[in-house]
Amino acid sequence: MSDFQHKVIVGLEIHVQLCTRSKMFCGCAVAFGEQANSRVCPVCLGMPGVLPVMNKQAFEYAVLVGLALNCEIPSFTKWDRKSYYYPDLPKNYQISQYDLPLAKDGFIQIPPAGGKKAKGKDEADSAQSKRIGIIRAHLEEDAGKNLHTAGNFSSVDLNRTGTPLLEIVSEPDLSGGAEARALAVELQRIVRYLGVSEGDMQKGQMRFEPNINLVITKDGKEFKTPIVEVKNLNSFRALERSIDYEVQRQLDEFLETGLVLEMGNKTTRGWDDEREVTVLQREKEEAHDYRYFPEPDLVPVELTDAWLDEIRGRLCELPLARQVRYVEEYKLSDYDAGVLTGERGTADFFESAVATGGEPKRVCNLLTQVGLKLANEKGCGVDELGVTAQSVADLAGMVALGDVSAGAAAAIFEAMAETGKEPRLLADELSLIQKSDAGELEAMVDEVLAANPQAVKDVTSGGKKSKKARGFLLGQVMQKTKGQANPKVVSEIIARKFG
Amino acid sequence: MEELSAKDLRERIAAGRITSVEATGAVFGRIDEREPVIGAYLSTYRETALARAAEVDRRIAAGEQVGQLAGVPVAIKDNMCSMFGATTCASRILENFHSPYNATVVKKLLAADAVIVGKTNMDEFAMGSSTENSGLKQTVNPWDTSRVPGGSSGGSAAAVAGRLCYAALGSDTGGSIRQPASFCGVVGLKPTYGRVSRYGLVAYGSSLDQIGPITQTVTDAALMMNVIAGHDPADSTSVDEAVAPVCDYLARLDEPVENLRIGIVPQLNSGADESVQRALNAAIDVYKAAGADIVEVDMPHSDYAIGAYYIIATAEASSNLARYDGVHYGHRSDKAEDYVEVYSKSRAEAFGKEVKRRIMLGTYALSSGYYDAYYLKALKVRNLIRRDFTEAFEKCDCIMMPVAPTTAFKLGEKVDDPLTMYLSDVYTIAANLAGIPGISIPCGFDENNLPIGLQILAPAFAEDKLLRIAKMFEAETDLHRKKPTIV
Ligand SMILES: [Zn+2]
Repeated sequence: MSDFQHKVIVGLEIHVQLCTRSKMFCGCAVAFGEQANSRVCPVCLGMPGVLPVMNKQAFEYAVLVGLALNCEIPSFTKWDRKSYYYPDLPKNYQISQYDLPLAKDGFIQIPPAGGKKAKGKDEADSAQSKRIGIIRAHLEEDAGKNLHTAGNFSSVDLNRTGTPLLEIVSEPDLSGGAEARALAVELQRIVRYLGVSEGDMQKGQMRFEPNINLVITKDGKEFKTPIVEVKNLNSFRALERSIDYEVQRQLDEFLETGLVLEMGNKTTRGWDDEREVTVLQREKEEAHDYRYFPEPDLVPVELTDAWLDEIRGRLCELPLARQVRYVEEYKLSDYDAGVLTGERGTADFFESAVATGGEPKRVCNLLTQVGLKLANEKGCGVDELGVTAQSVADLAGMVALGDVSAGAAAAIFEAMAETGKEPRLLADELSLIQKSDAGELEAMVDEVLAANPQAVKDVTSGGKKSKKARGFLLGQVMQKTKGQANPKVVSEIIARKFG
Repeated sequence: MEELSAKDLRERIAAGRITSVEATGAVFGRIDEREPVIGAYLSTYRETALARAAEVDRRIAAGEQVGQLAGVPVAIKDNMCSMFGATTCASRILENFHSPYNATVVKKLLAADAVIVGKTNMDEFAMGSSTENSGLKQTVNPWDTSRVPGGSSGGSAAAVAGRLCYAALGSDTGGSIRQPASFCGVVGLKPTYGRVSRYGLVAYGSSLDQIGPITQTVTDAALMMNVIAGHDPADSTSVDEAVAPVCDYLARLDEPVENLRIGIVPQLNSGADESVQRALNAAIDVYKAAGADIVEVDMPHSDYAIGAYYIIATAEASSNLARYDGVHYGHRSDKAEDYVEVYSKSRAEAFGKEVKRRIMLGTYALSSGYYDAYYLKALKVRNLIRRDFTEAFEKCDCIMMPVAPTTAFKLGEKVDDPLTMYLSDVYTIAANLAGIPGISIPCGFDENNLPIGLQILAPAFAEDKLLRIAKMFEAETDLHRKKPTIV
């Protein structure tokens, strides 16, 4: 068994719902959680005689994602019908794109999986991001939902039918669950940055279908295990776990059966979230014949240079690039930079605060340690807390000057969100201005020393107890000043006393 | 009043000389009398039609502006969606289907103040050339009730010929307006693909289907075009008016086309019955006498047209008809045990034989491994046929040929021989493949006194010229005034 190695090969299909005002081919509003079958019209119901009309906004959103994924955007693309019978698909064909997708041959940079907690040379991490090939991205219409209700009947909700759906297919460049997750997270960040999707997985706005197999080297020979496609995953966790599970399962299966990849032995499995296992859905890829042919009801789309330029103009700096820049420009850790660039609103807010004079690291601390927590509690963005970038910059300045402690700054931040008042005003109102006057503090230190002879003795005796006793004395002074003393100044005075 | 054309009737109604209620009432009187024999309609709307007629009369009496078809009783083929009545496509699968919306052409007719008297019979889903494939009713030819009216718009053609309405709409995928017009001795125009909105026309072959008028006269066809032509934002394949502006088709209708060059394709014409050829030649002589030049043109790829047509049309149909599955609307089998059986049994029970045949042909043509050999090749043929026409129209203004190789045939004569039936479309399908407009006008009778149509084809969006050329013939003859025996 000495010569036995395996390499994991994963490719990912990702479906992203685009948050356009109306559906892909009709005027119905794109909606979630509405009463069943309330967001439908003859077109998305597939009534006799109806015709689709392309939603230009959806097309532009899709092109924008294509550009962000460094894809080639052909000037000519068309629509095709993909035929299959299912009750959630009223026409029994889906309007999709077959041989001429609107974007192809691109790539996405993903942060190294699991590398974000690496200590020390954080800066190097982003630079080591991995490039994953994107085969294609195309637009199609989403299907409805079959609701399996009790008894002999199933019901169908067609509100989702016709929602613009962008399908992105990666090259099999991923080495496992962690990388697949990193790609998914990065893509979610990108579509949110571009404002083309909320990427909310709970609402099914992002769905994943990994294709997984292994290349096993055994006794100098190479074997490929049969490809498994795991269907319809709708969380990062399920994506990562299902891949990791599959890797182990395929290894075990190979050792047990020696089964290798052949034409037609690809299988489809589902993910059981509770038991955390994949479950066989379709033995062998049934001879799926979607009978694609060009959609005669729609004209092909000719994307002129001017139109493409106009769409390109809506691109923004992408999250990973921004993250790398934060490390370089603001000397933040890769971890902090990653947190700040998680949402475009947070990053924009951070940059505004820095632009109005806030010291980057301190602004970063305020946002990552207080702002984001607060925003999370309120279910909004940092930029929606009612706190201006200017006041966060001011608050960071106060911390830098030692006017307020880090703890006090957190309290002030919360009060700012509450009242919208200026930080300095709040610091006064809440008596949170730090005492840094050495003369005043020295008298207090003297009082504390006099009142705690045992501690003084412990300090002077040195050793283990000494450090603890210093902490105790510092705490006593802080208590006496109701926390308003600058602990740094107090420590210095105490140190001087024991010179 | 029965003698009047739609245009003349409209003028008299607008002038207050006849009321629409009188005209509509008279139409229903004739329906009561003749419809039991002809069987043109799948549904009629006597009360709503008369109420609408009364409303038009009231508005005219009040001096209000009224539309181009004010008070004129018209009919529509039952594959155009209407919020009134059912929209059945003459299929049992849609027998009780009520559309929640109006087709664009229906909206346009209503906006022009037309009075819609009923919806006409057809071959199921417009698949056929005799209306015998209707799943719901038999229609006969008003000129000889033992014969077919043609198809698939046989009901519309029979209704106009039988004077059961003043004008009607049909749809033409491979000749379904022109051929029944020819068989019934009326005028039938298939406009350029994209000229009339297809929104609300139940699709058969989406890239071929086009709605057009069936009328007593060329003038009425022009009048109907004035109402229904134009861009529709709901139909992406309808042509932008900046590219091809619609015009007033009545405005210059009576002006003969000067220096008219008529293209003929001798090798094609020889396939038609002798009587048909004779009528064609006589018609061309009328044009010659009016100063037209005759040029021979070549259609090198016409032999492949039928093959290409039946692949493209059935391929599109197999996909278009997939939605009739018993799940969301239409017939649902009560014998189904699971959802797959809901599909298979509902469709097996309610589709007719010809529809099933075409669905299977189309499904086969699109199947993986066959796509390139059939569908893709058919598209290539289609392009070659388009090119044949483009080249031909460099030499002539229009091309004249028969509409069909025969006059109306006997009921039941060809039902068991689908291939012969398909071959009877030989003269009409090229226009659908090329997307160009074509018209059928009455040009004579055979030895059985059955009408014969003259087909005139013109370049894309040249309907105005096409109508003027047709009008030149009509002005020289009185064939359009001949009435079938039943009338
Ligand atoms: Zn809709």
